[in-house]
Amino acid sequence: MPMNEENKEFRPLIVAFCCNWCSYAGADLAGSSRLSYPADVKIIRVPCSGRVNPMFILRAFERGADGVIICGCHPGDCHYSTGNYYARRRMALLFSMLEYIGVENGRTRVEWCSAAEGAKFSKTMNEFCEKIKSLGENVRLGDLRCKN
Amino acid sequence: MQKIGVFVCHCGTNIAATVDVKKVVELVRYEPGVVFADDYMYMCSEAGQEKIIEAIKEYKLTGLVICSCSPRMHEKTFRACAEKAGLNPYMVEVANIREQCSWIHKDKEEATKKAVILARAAIAKVNLNTPLKEGESPVTKRALVIGGGIAGIQTALDIADAGYEVDIVEKEPSIGGRMSQFDKTFPTLDCASCILTPKMVEVNQHPNITLYTYSEVEKVSGYVGNFDVDIRKKARSVDADKCTGCGECSAKCPLGKIGNIPSEFDRGLRNRPAIYMPFAQAVPAVPVIDRANCTYFKTGKCGVCAKICPSKAVDYEQQDEIVTVKYGAIVVATGFDIINLDKFGEYAYNESPDVITSIELERLMNAAGPTGGHLERMSDHKQPKDIVFIQCVGSRCDSEEKGKPYCSKVCCMYTAKHAMLIKDHWPDTNITVFYIDVRTPGKNFDEFYRRAVEQYHVNYIKGQVGKVKPQPDGTLLVQAADLLDGKQINMKADMVVLAAAIEPNPGVRKIATMLTASIDNNNFLTEAHAKLRPVESPTAGIFLSGMAQGPKDIPETVSQAGAAAVKVIGLLAKDHLKTNPCTAQCDTLLCNGCSTCANVCPYGAITYDDVQVMDHGLRETRRVAQVNLALCQGCGACTSACPSGAMDLQGFSNRQITTEVDAICR
Amino acid sequence: MTELEKKIELIKEISGSDPYKCMRCGKCTASCPAYSEMDIKPHQFASYIIRGDLDELVESKAAWKCLGCFACIERCPRDVQPGKLVDATRQIVARQRGGDYLQPEEVPELLTEDLPQQLLVSAFRRYRR
Repeated sequence: MPMNEENKEFRPLIVAFCCNWCSYAGADLAGSSRLSYPADVKIIRVPCSGRVNPMFILRAFERGADGVIICGCHPGDCHYSTGNYYARRRMALLFSMLEYIGVENGRTRVEWCSAAEGAKFSKTMNEFCEKIKSLGENVRLGDLRCKN
Repeated sequence: MQKIGVFVCHCGTNIAATVDVKKVVELVRYEPGVVFADDYMYMCSEAGQEKIIEAIKEYKLTGLVICSCSPRMHEKTFRACAEKAGLNPYMVEVANIREQCSWIHKDKEEATKKAVILARAAIAKVNLNTPLKEGESPVTKRALVIGGGIAGIQTALDIADAGYEVDIVEKEPSIGGRMSQFDKTFPTLDCASCILTPKMVEVNQHPNITLYTYSEVEKVSGYVGNFDVDIRKKARSVDADKCTGCGECSAKCPLGKIGNIPSEFDRGLRNRPAIYMPFAQAVPAVPVIDRANCTYFKTGKCGVCAKICPSKAVDYEQQDEIVTVKYGAIVVATGFDIINLDKFGEYAYNESPDVITSIELERLMNAAGPTGGHLERMSDHKQPKDIVFIQCVGSRCDSEEKGKPYCSKVCCMYTAKHAMLIKDHWPDTNITVFYIDVRTPGKNFDEFYRRAVEQYHVNYIKGQVGKVKPQPDGTLLVQAADLLDGKQINMKADMVVLAAAIEPNPGVRKIATMLTASIDNNNFLTEAHAKLRPVESPTAGIFLSGMAQGPKDIPETVSQAGAAAVKVIGLLAKDHLKTNPCTAQCDTLLCNGCSTCANVCPYGAITYDDVQVMDHGLRETRRVAQVNLALCQGCGACTSACPSGAMDLQGFSNRQITTEVDAICR
Repeated sequence: MTELEKKIELIKEISGSDPYKCMRCGKCTASCPAYSEMDIKPHQFASYIIRGDLDELVESKAAWKCLGCFACIERCPRDVQPGKLVDATRQIVARQRGGDYLQPEEVPELLTEDLPQQLLVSAFRRYRR
């Protein structure tokens, strides 16, 4: 999916789950401030980082994503008080399991980004894209039926 | 199968300049479920909305996707538009191709490709949307204002005058806040107390306002329209009903003469007794015992105040009391203080008593202050002949450990005010102000500062001070730079006044966490939209007033307080609020009664009940989860925690999000 | 990038500071003990670098009269570190001349009446490998 035929440059596919109250607003602020990051990042809005079910992340990798990042409110600032704490624990466990089955640790990330941190959001996405580019195409968990 | 209509907005050139909108329309036209696709200049405009309504009616659409700016911007607008046309508002999804696409990418081909992907994800989601109906929740017609300074007072008065009940919770023994410490206020040079105290009295006497002073908010639960708040009324050790405010206790307290308890109100410039009223015009006029420093509470000896009180109002046994009250709306007006100056050793603030902050200067110049309004050096009580004002101490500072990155906004004006007032009283004083810029944006503000220069001959020098060195003869040597004349200056000063940066009151972070109100890295509460919704927190039912939201002067604070009051009134005026229909839902056939969801729900919205279930022809009773739709806020924590997949979230269901992932990864 | 832009980037890299952050407040100038010797003042270093007047800066007395006492760096509210900018400029000159090592043998030659001790200490700190 990501291989660009013409010049063989690897364009990663990155899925970002952003919570409506903090990180999605932070992404909007990055947009209003015209702070660029690569178009490889596609954002899915969820009400809270705690909504992110591990199945979504596994599905993303299965369908060809090269990196998945979950963004939420800073600990203590969750709009629903505790959602991001559960997300933190859940993702810690999930990422170590993913590493065990060969999905490198750098392909997944949790980042806390508030609604006022447009610059941080843009910087994080830029760094994450660089990281995924260096890791290359994701070959684990890929569902071969979904490959072109 | 749904009949979905897709509209792609140009947003003028905001989207169209980087995204080929026509191409997006072409490519999404054949997505599963789409029966209509079109583009338009400004979808949110009247004409744009008309197009939506026409399309819904003509094509009998069951679902709508708008590719436009952020849903945080116009989702409400488009939902309302769909409703007008007879389509359930929750069959509408917005694809963010502006803030998260056209505004951040430069390459047209890439941006267009991404816009198509985002549109596909939204279409895939809408295919699985179900019509949702908003519920109703009642509204408690009572407002809470946290903070009793000018912001809190003004907000409370405006709400109370509109006929609603308001409670003010103030952690100090008296309301009044910072403004009660000031001497005069710019640009009118009104006496701060003269304009504040009538409002304080009005608040105390208003039938709709209840004051909780020397109290703090301890716990908040609930949601907009239905907050439950625990307020801790700290023990004053004085029975407010018996106390007449005569002041005998403070006058006779031994620690008033021999003690060394610094007065917080006078910024440590003089001492106060252990039983005290913070200032003469305190509201309520009831003293409080500082138990940490009181001899009786520390050693069991003394007890003078209880003995001499003519009304027998002193009550050493008084305990803290917690009251729980219901509110419909909460306003945060917690105010500010100045930063700690320990990191600014170059100004010798901790070394010399003659280096003071501007608030300390306010106390010195105040007729009710520690020196009776006479300007004198704190070291030898002589009148200063040469005064140096240093601006921007800790403001506009890039280093997080030392200061704050923002401009504190009020210092240029208050320094000009101080300079002029001093010159007015003592025309022989030489005043020099070292500034980086002079910022005077308000009405009559620049004229005010020019008076200081042109009429009062205050010496404004562009440059900063490098070091303040206390000299053996008791004066201060100020080493500074004059950038416009290109000189380094070494001058003598009798007094140095530091315009320290302001910061939100510590303790606001705790309150923000309790309210789940957004707060930024500088501890200012975040507003829902910086331009269009400056007095509302993104959290529904929480409003912002005063310095808690950002640096501002008194005229702006009063404006904002009124604005916050209006928003509160608008909320309380409703009998019912529409609740978010994107709530959790339990599939009782899959639920195994494990209680995991109930344990993670922050709102206690899930309970367990025995219900009759019909499973494959077998009727039986099972213990399953029940969601209270009025309490559920739609966070989805239960859905991710549920081990059997019985819990799902309407509007953001597992299948919906999965299909978005699929569409993106296609 | 032009030659000049490359030099400016190099100065930013060596000094670890961003001259664009300077807000010309003058606190560095106010704190400088060597002020009286300087033709270009500390608060001007950042703007000279941004404008690309590197030759002027290099040929100035100020660049070489700087004591390296770091008072300006300590006091600067914007973390511009003017002292380090000057340091970096000197480094560039030294590198152009073909070496940025200070050998003890070279010191007697450089010693003049008014060369302060502090400068020697700072030079060894900076140029010693």
